[in-house]
Amino acid sequence: MIPELGQLSLLLALAVAAILGTLPIIGAAQGKPQWTSLARPAAQTLFLLVGFAFVCLAASFVRNDFSVLYVATNSNSALPLQYRIAGVWGGHEGSLLLWLMMLCVWMLAVSQFSKHLPAPVVARILGVMGLIGAGFLLFMLTTSNPFERLFPVPMDGNDLNPLLQDPGMVVHPPMLYMGYVGFSVAFSFAVAALLGGNLDATWARWTRPWTTAAWCFLTVGIMLGSIWAYYVLGWGGWWFWDPVENASFMPWLAGTALIHSLAVTEKRGAFKSWTVLLAIVAFSLSLLGTFLVRSGVLSSVHAFATDPGRGLFILGFLVVVIGGSLVLYAWRAPSIGLGSRFGLVSRETMLLMNNVLFVVAMLSVLLGTLYPLALDAMGMGKISVGPPYFATVFVPLMVPVIFLVGIGPLARWKQAELPELAKRLRWAAGITVVAALLTGWLMGHVTAGATMGFLMAFWVLTSIATDIWERVRPSGGVHGGILARVRLLPRAMVGMFVAHLGVAAFAFGVSMVNTYEVERDVKMAVGDSTEVSGYTFFFAGLKNVDGPNYDAVRGLVEVSRNGRKVEELHPEKRIYRVQRNPMTEAAIDPGFTRDLYVSLGEPVEGGAWIVRVYVKPFVDWIWGGCLLMALGGALAASDRRYRVKQKQESASTIASSGAQA
Amino acid sequence: MKPRQKRLAIIGGIVAAVGVATALVLNAFQSNLVFFYSPSQVASKEAPVGRTFRLGGLVEAGSLKRDGVTVSFLVTDTVKTIPVRYQGILPDLFKEGKGVVAQGQVGPDGVFVAREVLAKHDENYMPPEAGEALKRAGQPPMKTSGTIMKEAGK
Repeated sequence: MIPELGQLSLLLALAVAAILGTLPIIGAAQGKPQWTSLARPAAQTLFLLVGFAFVCLAASFVRNDFSVLYVATNSNSALPLQYRIAGVWGGHEGSLLLWLMMLCVWMLAVSQFSKHLPAPVVARILGVMGLIGAGFLLFMLTTSNPFERLFPVPMDGNDLNPLLQDPGMVVHPPMLYMGYVGFSVAFSFAVAALLGGNLDATWARWTRPWTTAAWCFLTVGIMLGSIWAYYVLGWGGWWFWDPVENASFMPWLAGTALIHSLAVTEKRGAFKSWTVLLAIVAFSLSLLGTFLVRSGVLSSVHAFATDPGRGLFILGFLVVVIGGSLVLYAWRAPSIGLGSRFGLVSRETMLLMNNVLFVVAMLSVLLGTLYPLALDAMGMGKISVGPPYFATVFVPLMVPVIFLVGIGPLARWKQAELPELAKRLRWAAGITVVAALLTGWLMGHVTAGATMGFLMAFWVLTSIATDIWERVRPSGGVHGGILARVRLLPRAMVGMFVAHLGVAAFAFGVSMVNTYEVERDVKMAVGDSTEVSGYTFFFAGLKNVDGPNYDAVRGLVEVSRNGRKVEELHPEKRIYRVQRNPMTEAAIDPGFTRDLYVSLGEPVEGGAWIVRVYVKPFVDWIWGGCLLMALGGALAASDRRYRVKQKQESASTIASSGAQA
Repeated sequence: MKPRQKRLAIIGGIVAAVGVATALVLNAFQSNLVFFYSPSQVASKEAPVGRTFRLGGLVEAGSLKRDGVTVSFLVTDTVKTIPVRYQGILPDLFKEGKGVVAQGQVGPDGVFVAREVLAKHDENYMPPEAGEALKRAGQPPMKTSGTIMKEAGK
């Protein structure tokens, strides 16, 4: 019964989405207030309906209802409760439902926090989001129904992929999708503005916090994926340039460009058309990412051939959304205008360079990800693009970006002077060079790659320090101590500093790991020990362990340094009972300056094992940097001026409507 | 500078930056394309010597030998068989009789020295390259399903 209710709920949702996607938009075009006023209630109803369907699917998982095909494929009665719930988004159909759920969450948020916007604008935004929702609902109901029944009902389910049975996987997809779908707000606002032909500073000011919020979720989502790959895949890398990862990285790159160009559009009114284009691109890449990962084309382009309905629908949907919005853009963008002028050396120019570099980086990832697919689809052979490609392309592109992170925030809008900037940053530059060389020397050996990375990290750090110092240092005529002035810094600015600090931490972590990590695969029997980077790893024992739905061999590795015990590590090799798949569960001792990483490879003759023993310096700084970036974004998005403006505006609308009454 | 010159300078700058980036990207792209060959192609010397490529097929049953951290096995497309040597830990799903993809180079002795061994994390899964190799050798394609990729080696 529950699955049928969910199914019914989705059908109703499709009807509501179809209404939401048409009437309010037409109403806005023809000036019919009774039609535009449908937008909010329709969006709220859609949220309730999709939410109900989502709960129905979750309930089917919790109740082990294996008569539902999707549950039977992705769950098992022995699966712990938290993974049964995570199983909802463990496969293709459920992830589509999760995506839709997130879209409804954003829609609800838009309908709640848009009181100060004119009714036609809200109608258009929610209408466009409704259309996207309708597309997804249609796709689900016609080709990927999560509630499809299975007959005869199997005794038990096929179990969730063991790789996904991990706390990181419980939160990674919702976070990632919140980010993906969050870009739909900027997209819908851009399309709404194109339809309405009205793109002013309000547009940018309103879009900015939403886009930044979406970007934060995406950043955290990608970070969680990276951490998961680090400890679950069992060989200690944190980024593989795998197409699945690239699919989430491309919207992030476009989104990063977007939040920076939105800053220019809001503050200076420049880059208007470009910002609109970026909003369209960021969301299009999110759609592309969702489909690339979830349609199965990455593992085989011929996945489409086995289910042509799905493939054609996806292609059609992408063409309509991306093509349609680009056509609209080409038609309407000339009326937007380019915005105000700025000098050759100015903060605008630097942010423009930032944008160009991020977009080029995004395109290079796109090329590396889609080219092999295209070649394969045309039957021209199988190739793959090696990770060295991405590394070779990315480093030269990111070096100037990071240099700009240092000088951009210090440069004045409209017109800046290079000699003046150089003078202000001379101390930062000096300290950067000394600190970078010193760090390399302290780590034992100086290499070009690591020094480059350290230079970037310290450059960002010292230029932020310069910036803050210039703003808070005691100067004549202004009262209050340094602390009082620190408190006076606008929250959005603090957010920028924190996010850029995250870039520094990230660059530092990456350079440290890439250059100074030590990885060793060794054959060890119980009683053997090996030394890596000054740490002694002693293989103390092995025992069998029974998990809830797996059997495991658990090793005991005692780590000591200079005779003093550091930590006991328990790496495991698990066999999940249902699918009989082996899984490596690495044991990690995380630390501020290093991670100790041990995983069991495979048993060899004589009771010995091949064991991976890694020492990874500062690896946690990579994810710490991502967290700082997301935190900075959250600070910026919650800046008072967005809320104050809204309050004032809503107060004035109330006042004016009161006056009318 | 006049506004017109300024705009030209900005546009010129962007064009130059994008041009340099494109050259960089295409160059790196060209030298990092990894082509795929089946065991039959490698046996008939179609695969390049001294360049990295991917070899896919089935791990021949009973061919796996270990010597400390070095392993060797045979990859077959049921017509031809190529010996592979690899140093390190094999992925969890590496099994005799199952599909495998190895990335590396052929040595002068005809042994494929793998720097990376890939297997997909699903017992029914056939890596696309391995499936392709079997198809080229005239074998019926096997079931595939999309799951997350697991790689071993570096």
